[in-house]
Amino acid sequence: MSETGYKPDPDNATGGRKSAGSQPAFPMRRSIFRKNLMTALLLAPATLWLVVFLVLPFVAIAIFSVGERAPEGGYQAALTFAQYANLPARATAFWNTMVLAPVGALACLLVAYPVAYYLALRAPDRWRLILLALIVIPFWTSLLMRTYAWIYILGGRGIPALLAYVGIEDLRLINTPGAVLLGIVYGYLPLMILPIYVSLERLDRRLLEASADLGATPLSTFLGVTLRLSLPGVMTGFSLVMILLLGEYLIPTLLGGGKVFFIGNALVDLFLQSRNWPFGSAIAITLVLVSVVVLIIANRISTRLSGARRVDLI
Amino acid sequence: MPKSYRDGLPITPDKFVDQLMRLKRGSISRRDFLGLTGLGVATAVMARELGIMPAPAYAAENLGDRMSIATWPNYHDPQTFENFKAETGVAVEVNVFGSNEEMLAKLQAGGSGWSLFVPTNYTISTYKKLGIIEPLDMAKLPNFDGKSEDVRFTAEGTIDGTIYAVPKNWGTTGFAVNTKKLSKPMSSWKEFWDTAMTEADGRTMVHDYQLTTIGNALKYYGYSFNSLKQDELAKAEELLLKVKPHLFAVSSDYQPSMRSGDAWMTMCWTNDGAQLHRDIPEIAYVLGKEGGEIWTDFYAIPKDAPNKPAGYALLNYLMNPKVAVKEHLANGAPCTDARVNALLPKEVLDNPILYPAADLLKPLEFGAAATLTDPGRAELMARFKSA
Repeated sequence: MSETGYKPDPDNATGGRKSAGSQPAFPMRRSIFRKNLMTALLLAPATLWLVVFLVLPFVAIAIFSVGERAPEGGYQAALTFAQYANLPARATAFWNTMVLAPVGALACLLVAYPVAYYLALRAPDRWRLILLALIVIPFWTSLLMRTYAWIYILGGRGIPALLAYVGIEDLRLINTPGAVLLGIVYGYLPLMILPIYVSLERLDRRLLEASADLGATPLSTFLGVTLRLSLPGVMTGFSLVMILLLGEYLIPTLLGGGKVFFIGNALVDLFLQSRNWPFGSAIAITLVLVSVVVLIIANRISTRLSGARRVDLI
Repeated sequence: MPKSYRDGLPITPDKFVDQLMRLKRGSISRRDFLGLTGLGVATAVMARELGIMPAPAYAAENLGDRMSIATWPNYHDPQTFENFKAETGVAVEVNVFGSNEEMLAKLQAGGSGWSLFVPTNYTISTYKKLGIIEPLDMAKLPNFDGKSEDVRFTAEGTIDGTIYAVPKNWGTTGFAVNTKKLSKPMSSWKEFWDTAMTEADGRTMVHDYQLTTIGNALKYYGYSFNSLKQDELAKAEELLLKVKPHLFAVSSDYQPSMRSGDAWMTMCWTNDGAQLHRDIPEIAYVLGKEGGEIWTDFYAIPKDAPNKPAGYALLNYLMNPKVAVKEHLANGAPCTDARVNALLPKEVLDNPILYPAADLLKPLEFGAAATLTDPGRAELMARFKSA
């Protein structure tokens, strides 16, 4: 199954190269064959995985999306674009998502950048690894658990109860837009910090010295050199978080009290409540297309930025 | 004496771990994260106990060693499943659900793996029409006694003379009020919605459930709880959209927020109302005098049940009045079986939350099958939630 879609690329076949290198006695042609076979075998699990768990479900959803809702809910075969024509019925949900995703990613970025900056450029070497671990370790717990914990922290017997001691009564934190934003920043922070950290860590520090030597203020060095060179990392983190936020469902439900309706929530309701699978499928397909467009744009921007870096460096 | 820091904690460490394990095993459905108040069973496979020999009644058939049930949160006495396991050797996995729609969606998709589930009255005709549930083999349920059941609650389990489902509990849908925060006495849905926009601004919860949220908004105008009429639904939508910005949450998981004091008023089912009032006396349970919902939950067996013998065995076990009475005392919802009521202490039968006065019960309506599958109500709910 995997071999059919596989185009051999001997140059990239590290596994193949390794095995060929360890057995130099083989004649050239057999060695190439072995190399290709090795590559194919190495790629097989991933290809199989993608076909079974990504391509096939996607095809099923595409078929569902041109069907009709059966009278008691579910799917009934048809060939109609009525579901796509009905997309405006979820325009608000799409709009909320289109606002949440970039705003959430931006908030995440504003918190993540100083952290990544400190880690990469300021933190003492012996602390760096520990600090990185501290950022990554909470990620080992499921997002659901970590978000659920916030319900207690922000709920009436959490922070508001503490504030009541100092005279601030009846403050409500949970189920507010602020709580949702907090949850998003908290939940996705490591995804933003790590790519930025990587791009800052690779930064050639001599450039910073050169900038200072040439009379630039720390601020203009930061804006002209550090920030610009870290932009590819910023873009990676930004698009990573944004794509995930396009499908976000859990955090708004738990920390926003289900009052804000995103496209992820619309999907859950369509499949689990009103059981309108064809309409849900049409929305899912649309969401995937939107995500692809966002990815392409992000990719363009970061290619341009990294291109600019090369020019700068020359 | 200074209080331990633990006293002020919103949740004890043990309970949090319980909750965590249950959530890790469960599906992510909204009411799956319910009930810190809960019985702690939820999605947990009961630990294996000493290998006790199967009771003679079950010996005839091989029951296997595990089965799965889909039910509601805070709805069973955990001891029930432990005892069942001790008697039969069958471990029961409990899946908790938030709405009938969700149960139906899982069964429609197939492969739910449940051998017993707990649908509400108005869904049974749809399950039968779709061929999802099987007619019950009453010979396997000797503990069930149709004569001791109150017909008012059991009628919808029988279709064309065939029994598809047998009743578990009945109850009502009213609202719970924290009377310390909202001292004005209330007795109607009109007051509920009006208060939500004034004194209880930002402190009111409605169900994330079209049947009750739309139904009780219809009651504001005195329309039927089950109305599918366009103009009446339009009025209900107008009210819901007006109330939306004043709400604390749209969620069927209201016990934690009511307990923590974040929410002061919420739509509420009998059993939750009884539990809240039991633990926090200032939380009152109110039935709207205009009417609203009365419901019965049933037990039914899916056609594709992987372990039907165990499903029947557990159902028969639960129909034993001595077992059912413990279930009732744990979940707080009234029972349909006269044999069970005979075993209940007087103070339970006198609890007006569980057994409301006849004049309050009279205007209540059972949910109608059509509301379950009506796309119009589903779209209205989506507009309300996305507003």
